[in-house]
Amino acid sequence: MNAALEINALNVYFGDHGALVHAVKSASLTVAKGASFGLVGESGSGKSTILKAITGLAPQWNGEIKVEGRPLGAKRDRNFYKTVQMVFQDPYASLHPRQSVDQVLSETLYLHGFRDIDDRVNQLLQDVGLGPAFRFRYPHQLSGGQRQRVAIARALAPQPDILLLDEPTSALDVSVQAEILNLLSDLRAAHGLTFVMVSHDLAVVAHMCDQAAVMQHGEILEVLSIDAMRAGQTAHPYTRTLLDASANRVA
Amino acid sequence: MSMTSQTPPSSGGQSLRQWLLSDTPTSRRQARLSALYQGWLALRQNHMAMVGLAILVVLISIALFAPLIAPHDPFVQDLANRLQPLGSEGHLLGTDSLGRDILSRLIYGARITLYIVALVALIAPVVGLLVGTISGYAGGWTDVILMRITDIFLAFPRLVLALAFVAALGAGIENAVLAISLTAWPPYARMARAETLTIRSSDYISAIRLQGAGPLRIIIKHIWPLCISSLIVRVTLDMAGIILAAAGLGFLGLGAQPPSPEWGAMISEGRRFILDHWWVATMPGLAIFAVSLAFNLLGDGLRDVLDPKDSAS
Repeated sequence: MNAALEINALNVYFGDHGALVHAVKSASLTVAKGASFGLVGESGSGKSTILKAITGLAPQWNGEIKVEGRPLGAKRDRNFYKTVQMVFQDPYASLHPRQSVDQVLSETLYLHGFRDIDDRVNQLLQDVGLGPAFRFRYPHQLSGGQRQRVAIARALAPQPDILLLDEPTSALDVSVQAEILNLLSDLRAAHGLTFVMVSHDLAVVAHMCDQAAVMQHGEILEVLSIDAMRAGQTAHPYTRTLLDASANRVA
Repeated sequence: MSMTSQTPPSSGGQSLRQWLLSDTPTSRRQARLSALYQGWLALRQNHMAMVGLAILVVLISIALFAPLIAPHDPFVQDLANRLQPLGSEGHLLGTDSLGRDILSRLIYGARITLYIVALVALIAPVVGLLVGTISGYAGGWTDVILMRITDIFLAFPRLVLALAFVAALGAGIENAVLAISLTAWPPYARMARAETLTIRSSDYISAIRLQGAGPLRIIIKHIWPLCISSLIVRVTLDMAGIILAAAGLGFLGLGAQPPSPEWGAMISEGRRFILDHWWVATMPGLAIFAVSLAFNLLGDGLRDVLDPKDSAS
C-alpha cells in the first residue's frame, strides 16, 4: 500500500454539546504517495476542516486517519510533525509579528532537533527563492508573496513528506499567485512531496493537482481526476455547477 | 553569510545611523538594534513623552546622587529654625515642623519613591502576566479558577485592600510595596488574558504548534512578547496611581515610618500646619504631582510606539 494519506469515515465537530456543529460528515479519501490532491468547494464546505483534523488543530473528530499507513490517535507526536506540515491561507496572519524570518526558521529547525541551523536557514531561504538578504527581516518588512515564501520555508524545514496547503494563494495578488504556485510545483518535484491542497478556485486546482474531491455542506460529493474534470465527466450535478461557474478558466 | 557587517561601523555618526536603519540587516544583533532604534525615533516624535522621560531621568539622577545634591542632612533637626518659609536663609524650600530642610528631604524621598515604584513594577505586572497568559492559553477549569480569584481581588477597593494587607503585615515600606502589588496585579491579569485569547487562535500560534512546540514554549516565547508591550504601557500609566497609593499609605501612617522622608508621610506631617505654613505640605505634593505627570506622559507616548496593533503589519 503506497498511500501517503488515507481517510475513512471522518467526522469532525466544532463547539460544545449545546451548539455542536457537524463540520465534516463521513469523509473518505486516499492520496497516493507523490500525488497532488485537491479539495474544492465553496466557503464553509469543510475542506479546511479536514486539514485541521489531520494536523490535530481540530481535536473533536472520529473515524480513521492514516498517515503513511500508521493510524493517528488523539495526540500527534513529533514524528508526525516531521512527516506532515501545513501552509496557512493568510501569510499576514501566519507569521509572528515580532519575530524575524531568522527567528521563525531557527526555532522550527531547533524544535525538530537539527543542529546545523545556520546552514539550513540559508538553504531554506534559497529553496523558496528568497536570498540571504531576507534572513533578518521582520514580517512587516516583507510583501505578501515574500511572507508566503517564508511560511513555505517554515513548512519545509522539518523535511516533511506531505504538505497540506490551505488556500496558499487566495490572500495574494493575482500576479504573485502564479509565482507561488510555480514555486510549490517546483518544490514538489525537487523534494518528492505529496500535496493536499484546499482551494475554492478550480483553475488553481486544475493547474496544481492530478485528482480532486468536491465538497459541499461537509460531505465529499465525488472524487474525480483532473482529466475527467477538464473533459466535463462529472457524476454529481453540484460539480457541474462549479465547473460551469469557472468554465472559461479551467481549460 | 558575510561577516563584514556583523559589527557596527566605527567611523562617523551618519554611517551608524544608516547601519541602524538598513532595510537588509545582516545579523541578529543588527536586526534587533534596528528595531529598537526605530522605536526610539518614533518616541522622539512625541514631545510630551520626551518631557515625561526628561523628568524621570532627572528624578533618577537626583535619587542616585542625593548625598551630593542635598544641601542638608534630611534627618537633622533644628528646632530653633522650624517652619521657615520658602527662600529663607540656607533653606530654599523652607523647613518643616522639626526644622528639617524640606528640599533635602524631597531629594532623599525620591529614592524611596523610585524604590517603591520599581518594586511594584517588578512584582505586579509579572504576576499578572503569568496568571493571565496561563489562564487564557489553558482555558477550561484553570481559566475559571484563576479568573475567579482575580475577580475576588478586583472586587475590593484598592486602597482599602492595601490597608487591610498592611494592617495584617505591619507598617513599613516593604509591606506597603507588597500590599500595593497584591492589589495591583488583577488588571494586568485581565489584560494579559484578553490578549492571549485573541493571540492563541491566530495562525502563527497554530503554525508553531504544528512544529511540536509545547504550551510552555508557546506562552513564554510567542505570547509574552506580544502581551508585554501593552503591559509596559499600562504599567507606566499606572505608575502615577502606584505613587499615589504609596503616598496615601504613607499619609495614613501605614507606609514609610517617620523620620523617613517619604513624600506621602511628609504631606501627612505638614497637614497640621497647612493653613499657616502651606509649603510644608505643598512641596512634597508638587513632587508627587510632577512624577505622576511624567509617568503619564511617558506612558501615553509609549502606547503610540508599542501598540502591537499598529506595528503588526
